[in-house]
Amino acid sequence: MAERSFAKEVEKLRLGAGEEFSGEGILAITKALLQCGVGYVGGYQGAPISHLMDVLADAQDILGELGVHFEASASEATATAMLAASVHYPIRGAATFKSTVGTNVASDALANLASGGVTGGALIIVGEDYGEGSSIMQERSHAFAMKSQVWLLDPRPNLPSIVKAVQDGFELSEVSNTPVMLQVRIRCCHVHGHFIAKDNKRPAMTVADALEAPRRDTGRIVLPPASFLHEKEKVQKRWPAAVDFIRTNKINEFFGPEHGSVGIVMQGGMYNSVVRALQRLGLADTYGDTDVPLYVLNAVYPLVDDEFLSFCEGKDAVLVVEEGQPNYIEQAFAAMLHKAGRGTRLVGKEHLPMAGEYTGQVMLDGIGSFLRATIPHLLPSEVRAPNKIGDGLDTADLINVVPGRPPGFCVGCPERPIFAATKLVEQELGKHHIASDIGCHLFSIMPPFELGATTMGYGLGPASASAFNSPDAKRRSISFVGDGGFWHNGLTSSIGNAVFNKNDGVIVIVDNFYSAATGGQDILSSRAGNKTKSTKHPITEAVKGMGVKWLRHIDRTYDVTKMQDTLREALTTDEKGPKVIVASSECMLNRQRREKPLVDKAIKGGTRIVKPKFGVDEDICTGDHACMRLSGCPSLSVKSLDDPLRDDPVAHIDQSCVGCGNCGEVADAAVLCPSFYRADVVHNPSRWDRFLEAARRATISLLQRRRESRRLIFADA
Amino acid sequence: MLDASPSTRSKAGAPDDERVIKLAVLAVGGQGGGVLADWITDVAERNGYVAQSTSVAGVAQRTGATIYYVEMCRDTGRLPVFALSPSQGDVDILIAAELMEAGRAIIRGFVTPERTTLIASSHRIAAVSEKIEPGDGRASSAKVHATAEAAAKRFIAFDMEKIAADNGSMISASLLGALAGSDALPFSRESYEQAVSAGGRGVKASLAAFGAAYDRARGIASAPSGDKTAQPAAAETRSGAATKVSGPESLLKGWQQLAARVAALPAPVHDMALRGLKKVVDYQDIAYGGEYLDRLDRAVVLDDAEHAYALSIAAAKHLANAMCYDDMIRVADLKTRSSRDRRVRREVGVKDGSVLQVTEYFHPRIEEFCGTLPAGLGSYIESRPMLAAFLDRRINRGRHIRTDSFAGFAALWFIGGLRRWRRRLLRHKVETAHIERWYALALGQVGEDYALGTEILNCRRLIKGYSDTHARAQSKFDRVLSVLDLVKGRPDAADWTRRLREAALKDEKGDMLDGALKTVASLGDGDVPSS
Repeated sequence: MAERSFAKEVEKLRLGAGEEFSGEGILAITKALLQCGVGYVGGYQGAPISHLMDVLADAQDILGELGVHFEASASEATATAMLAASVHYPIRGAATFKSTVGTNVASDALANLASGGVTGGALIIVGEDYGEGSSIMQERSHAFAMKSQVWLLDPRPNLPSIVKAVQDGFELSEVSNTPVMLQVRIRCCHVHGHFIAKDNKRPAMTVADALEAPRRDTGRIVLPPASFLHEKEKVQKRWPAAVDFIRTNKINEFFGPEHGSVGIVMQGGMYNSVVRALQRLGLADTYGDTDVPLYVLNAVYPLVDDEFLSFCEGKDAVLVVEEGQPNYIEQAFAAMLHKAGRGTRLVGKEHLPMAGEYTGQVMLDGIGSFLRATIPHLLPSEVRAPNKIGDGLDTADLINVVPGRPPGFCVGCPERPIFAATKLVEQELGKHHIASDIGCHLFSIMPPFELGATTMGYGLGPASASAFNSPDAKRRSISFVGDGGFWHNGLTSSIGNAVFNKNDGVIVIVDNFYSAATGGQDILSSRAGNKTKSTKHPITEAVKGMGVKWLRHIDRTYDVTKMQDTLREALTTDEKGPKVIVASSECMLNRQRREKPLVDKAIKGGTRIVKPKFGVDEDICTGDHACMRLSGCPSLSVKSLDDPLRDDPVAHIDQSCVGCGNCGEVADAAVLCPSFYRADVVHNPSRWDRFLEAARRATISLLQRRRESRRLIFADA
Repeated sequence: MLDASPSTRSKAGAPDDERVIKLAVLAVGGQGGGVLADWITDVAERNGYVAQSTSVAGVAQRTGATIYYVEMCRDTGRLPVFALSPSQGDVDILIAAELMEAGRAIIRGFVTPERTTLIASSHRIAAVSEKIEPGDGRASSAKVHATAEAAAKRFIAFDMEKIAADNGSMISASLLGALAGSDALPFSRESYEQAVSAGGRGVKASLAAFGAAYDRARGIASAPSGDKTAQPAAAETRSGAATKVSGPESLLKGWQQLAARVAALPAPVHDMALRGLKKVVDYQDIAYGGEYLDRLDRAVVLDDAEHAYALSIAAAKHLANAMCYDDMIRVADLKTRSSRDRRVRREVGVKDGSVLQVTEYFHPRIEEFCGTLPAGLGSYIESRPMLAAFLDRRINRGRHIRTDSFAGFAALWFIGGLRRWRRRLLRHKVETAHIERWYALALGQVGEDYALGTEILNCRRLIKGYSDTHARAQSKFDRVLSVLDLVKGRPDAADWTRRLREAALKDEKGDMLDGALKTVASLGDGDVPSS
């Protein structure tokens, strides 16, 4: 069950020929898969392609009608390995994941798949997470295409283009017997637009058909001598077939005038930003009609030599717009020009930055610099010689004022108390080497917790602490891994490895019932029932099965004291071997999404419901903010008092509080202050509740009146 | 073609009705920026525009700064080429869902004086870095306001979060209302409302928030220039003198005598002294108020109008805070008052027919226990570590007390009642001695260096928190005052003391303070005249 319900979007998958599809880019791709008669789809969630997985997960009916098999794969390697179904059978298959993290994981399967080649179209849709908003290392998927020799499409970022790219991708894959990667950048995945739909197609051969009529061909299996033949086949047969397909079907596009002294070549994904820069330079109109010849590479690998060389014909200089590094495309083009003995000057990274996202400003500066250097006479005078530089506004002061706002734990997040406890244990026992993993829990590295030294990959937290296993050290390492990472490959790479190598460290498995960071998808240990997937497999059982002897399960992470005691015990016990703590509480974002409507309905329906919320007694709070240094919860903030006697703002809990309990537990565990209170409101109280309350309030107000009648009462006190 | 003369597509070449309007939304993850972007796209399409919205979703959104971006253009039958992210100097409308996000938009260059309408909610969501400082780490809203005035073509700012909350809706609705009211887009109010209604969920509340923000923005948009911002209403500070007091006749009489003593003080000191007095009497009793004024008088006699009575005002403030130290009695007293019960009900929003249960979190230690014993007994235990440790093992644990239950309430009520004996308890003895030392130290400086004396009083601000936090605060206080001998006699002694205090409020452990202390120590080697 994902963070969002996609019931509405699922309906869009049913649109027929001629109807207009309106929605997000990634959903358009999903629809395009069905239009192409895909036989099976798998993948691993992660921004920006999570929605593809989520929609298909919610679209079981449609998939069933069409005979399409959908799989929420255990990892990107699994998803890519699944494409093996297209090796012998003419079934179109698609796998999707975040890149380059996913492609890294997938590369073993990808290399094997690419070696033997495919019969049915195999499409790998990678969500390229490069630039602003990215949460991963900055790398290019391009390198994977080159090294495994799979083709890479990078379509212009609009819905009709990416939908067409899906169709092209399958066809290209089939004519060249090669898997094809379709790269879509993060904003393209989330772009809202339209395209005219076609009817969905039932696959010509379904996976069921294939199962009933198995085939095999030793020549497709990666083992000598076939593997040596594959290597030759790649360059002798598959490459030429691909180049021919790209040329014949005009996959790459040309815009602007046919002739000109300069031109710009770009990855398809860069097209809109290039046109925007040209618009701002006065060389293009709203619709992209431009005075500069453009060569748009919707297929960035392989490149088509003669297509490029003919574009360069008669041009003095050509600019290559290629985001990221190394500049493979630019290098390839330079080699082509050199070998062909052409005089056209090729430039790229001289005008544009070697690394980093090509934002609007970067593009404007780079293309502007190129055009000023080559065809200044064509530029409008205000562009050629601007009167002012920059906008003249001095924001230097403001930079020191505006605080950074990195992402962090949500309101009521169950992971917060785990790190509060860790921080408290470190205050007691000193600093430890802490290895982090991928997932929401990685937010621990930032204030207020500042815990964790490295992150080495999904499910690899404990693995990345495996060197720190020395009988000479008195301190143990602590490593974290989330439930998502645990099932992704942490069970073997981290836990199994620690058992086998007799690692003496402490491993904390953060179990929040979902793959939460990617949007709350179900995983093996999810507690909810799932119609199409098998859930409720406890992590503790898997860990025990791996041979872990010292295992503790905390089933309410908000119990900071217990968490702290358990961590302390793990760090100090004499027992050898890995000490594993499974800390379980449901992701609050998902829990609220699940519970809130139910609770509201129950309250309206007259059922007795207790709703908790936390508060701060502002006259008891001294404004030292110790609680916030162990929390960082968005609902716990600072507030100025209307009291000149008080200099510092006090703690305040706003309406977004979900009553998780962390504030009270932390105040208790860290011996902070008694200003927190938990207010439980009993909606629709029973008779007994009301009777008890009446009795209590009568006696309590008796005591209050007694004391208050004997003292001065200040009206605003 | 490319070879002859300048392009005919001049920069302003697009006819007006083919111009692309660029709108960016900067929000904090969780504020509903996506909903807003969807609404805006819908409004544009309802008005015969082609629109495109983009965002960066995913884990990067969780509570962090996020951007949504919309481009739109009148539908001429041809598809425009839209960009997927905002560019510096190329944004027509910038909506910031929080004030510092408006600041971030300006820093990123998305706000330009000749074209950008900046619509910002003036409320603050403090970032983690602002919250974790022991002092007041909050960023200056005034600075952002001032820069925004200069940076934007039009700046429309008011508290849209409050409008949303008042109408039971989310800020996305009031932001949309402000956008509609600003007239920055050529669309009718009705078309916005249709888009909201089409959303289907919480429509009534959303429309109410939309309408309220629409009217507010409209008022600002039509105001004459120079008055283009909504000025945040000046925070009204209640005067300390306006307090209403009630109670038994005898106590009221005592109070009036004390109030009369305040009235006899120099006028600039009145407000703070009356507030301080009120706090102290509320904390203990009339006699304690008398002690407070006695102490205050010692500062007033050293003071004069030439210094604007800064010393006395500082004394009035910090004496009150120091004398109202936070002990178990104080906490129990505050938590058992009827006014507190009313406040909790108001804050939590308990409706009629619901029952409220309140749990308090206490974690007493041997220190608090001894502090609440008669001074002799308390010191006896404290001076015997074995005994103290033995008792601590029995006392030192978290206790969750239900103050809506009779037993829990009565326990706290009883502790609150120990107030009558407070003067005889160990904690009082310790605190009083500390106050006297600090106060005498400060007043002792006044003759030689008035400003330094005042700054020493102000250092009391450092002492706050409970248990470990309190101990750390106390240590910072001691460390700051430890340099007195080094700086005394320097013309900038007060300045250094202030700087040290400010450094001490920057971080938990006092690392900044240690750095500043080293600087002061090095001063001592150099140019401090030996005395």
